[in-house]
Amino acid sequence: MANLTTDFIGIKSPNPFWLASAPPTDKEYNVRRAFEAGWGGVVWKTLGSEGPPVVNVNGPRYGAVWGADRRLLGLNNIELITDRPLEVNLREIKQVKRDWPDRALVISLMVPCDEESWKDILARIEDTGADGVELNFGCPHGMSERGMGAAVGQVPEYIEMVTRWVKQYSRMPCIVKLTPNIADIRKPAEAAKSGGADAVSLINTINSITAVNLDTFSPEPMIDGKGAHGGYCGPAVKPIALNMVAEIARSAETRGLPISGIGGVTTWRDAAEFMALGAGNVQVCTAAMTYGFKVVQEMISGLSQYMDEKGMTSTADLVGRAVPNVTDWQFLNLNYVAKAKIDQDACIKCGRCYAACEDTSHQAIWMHPGRVFEVNDAECVACNLCVNVCPVENCITMEPMAKGATDPRTGQVVSDYANWTTHPNNPMAKAAE
Amino acid sequence: MTNSQLTPGIVPGRLPAESYVRNFSDHAPPLDRHEAQVAADRCYFCHDAPCITACPTSIDIPLFIRQIATGTPDAAARTIWDQNILGGMCARVCPTETLCEQACVRETAEGKPVEIGRLQRFATDHAMAGPHPYSRASLTGKRVAVVGAGPAGLACAHRLAMRGHDVVVLERREKPGGLNEYGIASYKAVGDFAQAEVDWLLAIGGIEIRSGVELGRDVTLEALRADYDAVFLGLGLAGVNALNAAGEDLPGVQDAVDFIAGLRQQPDRAAIPVGRDVVVIGGGMTAVDAAVQARLLGAENVSIVYRRGQDRMSASDYEQEHAQNAGVRIICNAAPVAIHGNGALREVEFAYTVEGAGGLSQTGETFRLKADQLFKAIGQKLGALPDGLSRDGSKIAAETGLAGVWAGGDCTGGGEDLTVTAVAQGRDAAEAIHASLMG
Repeated sequence: MANLTTDFIGIKSPNPFWLASAPPTDKEYNVRRAFEAGWGGVVWKTLGSEGPPVVNVNGPRYGAVWGADRRLLGLNNIELITDRPLEVNLREIKQVKRDWPDRALVISLMVPCDEESWKDILARIEDTGADGVELNFGCPHGMSERGMGAAVGQVPEYIEMVTRWVKQYSRMPCIVKLTPNIADIRKPAEAAKSGGADAVSLINTINSITAVNLDTFSPEPMIDGKGAHGGYCGPAVKPIALNMVAEIARSAETRGLPISGIGGVTTWRDAAEFMALGAGNVQVCTAAMTYGFKVVQEMISGLSQYMDEKGMTSTADLVGRAVPNVTDWQFLNLNYVAKAKIDQDACIKCGRCYAACEDTSHQAIWMHPGRVFEVNDAECVACNLCVNVCPVENCITMEPMAKGATDPRTGQVVSDYANWTTHPNNPMAKAAE
Repeated sequence: MTNSQLTPGIVPGRLPAESYVRNFSDHAPPLDRHEAQVAADRCYFCHDAPCITACPTSIDIPLFIRQIATGTPDAAARTIWDQNILGGMCARVCPTETLCEQACVRETAEGKPVEIGRLQRFATDHAMAGPHPYSRASLTGKRVAVVGAGPAGLACAHRLAMRGHDVVVLERREKPGGLNEYGIASYKAVGDFAQAEVDWLLAIGGIEIRSGVELGRDVTLEALRADYDAVFLGLGLAGVNALNAAGEDLPGVQDAVDFIAGLRQQPDRAAIPVGRDVVVIGGGMTAVDAAVQARLLGAENVSIVYRRGQDRMSASDYEQEHAQNAGVRIICNAAPVAIHGNGALREVEFAYTVEGAGGLSQTGETFRLKADQLFKAIGQKLGALPDGLSRDGSKIAAETGLAGVWAGGDCTGGGEDLTVTAVAQGRDAAEAIHASLMG
């Protein structure tokens, strides 16, 4: 069995699967159950300043988007930071960490954007024994209206300023949690790094309305006829999160900055993908909320098996492996030519590939008598749409053409690597070296 | 002269050669990758899942199905084997329709449970192509005798070997496997799967199988207790209940278990003689397995006759339908009263029965079924036992009453006589033995 032990900015955990700061980590009872189920660590649900706790709505906090068979694909929430008294949370954190010393326990924080507030909260958590802090600069609803959460995360200067305060007043490792509700994710990451952050975590949730009730004309989740945007998460946001993680991992300014990957991690495979794109560990919420804490068992066994199969002995062998392969469009090989191929034995003759190609793409699939579907290489641009709409995995595959072969579509011989920067159609083209 | 379905008497070769191949091919073919993916996607990953509770070995079914869904069937197999080392055979022979799949919430929701048994086969078949995944703990120097190489004995032996003990398995028959080898309908475990699974199981090491050794005949329990640190009895049920009807000793009257065992050991199905008119008496899975296979061998008319109402049959609805689809007629509320024939079996006479408050009684009306072959499938019972063992009704008590002696499987009470139950009991006995030996 591969060793899943992870050291993330000096915080050790038996596996890279942490629960994100969210409802599942709001109190001792849940966190104990999580550790018993095998989670490697938790980020305790965000604590606020001392004083009267925040209040939550008393109607639905969650809205959802489902796929076929009512599989939960996306979840949105309008819950705020912890609504329990600060001293209760601190007492419980201390107790849990004492009983589970091998698990990572990080405290998420969100207090008003002034130095005193941060100095004060950091002093309050000092003796909990927690392993680190995560600065919640991402929460997009409610708290942001009060100048916290995403309201800070959307202004890089604020991020840098607060991070600096945190590093000044605390010896704990500091993770800055980023909001995706921003044009360029690299800017807040750079600010966090400048402020001295040990790591960033991303993504927090995405502004969203999950549905509209067409009888009451109110957005979901609906509170007394009204709705407010919530934060979207779950499998649906994974592609957005993967891209943002990769952008930070490969940017010259932030390269090497440790990343905790968050956003729709549901299976071992999702986690491995985040890690390959540079995440040192992952944080999970929606999968646990959908399937319970036990879901981590599949993540552990799956990642172990994968790493064994790949001959990886430590998670460090996986982290960042895909980063060198993330590039800009302009550097993609324009002389790489593939053609779709339909496995006639696997084909169930549904015709979805044909409809997609004939109606919306390049008319590159023939429909022969007897519902036999075949790719016309002379028209196929290898767009991959047929692969994506086919209900049978691996029935349609993309087959690269060998170098030296002639592409029947263009009549051109498949040749060596060349990209847009040197392409004759590019007015900005430079001569190939 | 070649035989046909209409040839009188008990004769071989009633069917053309290709019919045997078709009839005895895989009863429930394995899922391919795509089918497994679609089937696995239907699992809801229930909390405290009812399917786990329904499984006698408590396999973590939602977890293994999720592991299949996420492309790690070997991890899925490991989840299965951690609880049930004979998960491969159980995937084939478990009456899932009365166990895990009956409990599946999608059975409740849509009348279509997740195909747990077939998914289990997908995972175990995949992983059995690889190396044996378990290794032994550091050796304890303790030696345990396991009597009987059936599911209970094998499960016990494997778990003991895993815990570092050396195991000697004594088996009275020629091959190990017990009912997996001798008692399962051929079309449920094709390709000599039972022996392949035993070979795979033994790959853990530390288990020696001695065939042709029978307790009471070749070795005594006293000697085993003296020579080994512990003894596990997985004796199975060596005896067969009698009909107690006149004419029971006529040629053509046979125990269904012997017919089933003979069929499994004869790869050339065309060489197996079968009657034209076959009657099977009983209401359980053995009756169904014998009746269906008689039809598959070419018997023209096959009837299962059961003395109580159809709802009392221990064969599941699925098994009953399977029999009826194979062309077997099921007659209920009829008890055998006489077997007629002059030198050879000719007819079986039954009395109709009613079940009332006072139990089962005969109405006085009788009928006769034409028969040249009769299979008795009215239950099995313990063979001769060594002295000193405590009884639980007609079986050995799980607490055997003898120090250092454990028992499990069909020879003990407490559970249905299923492969999966025997595995659970063998496994649990091994843990009890381990705890006892290591004090």
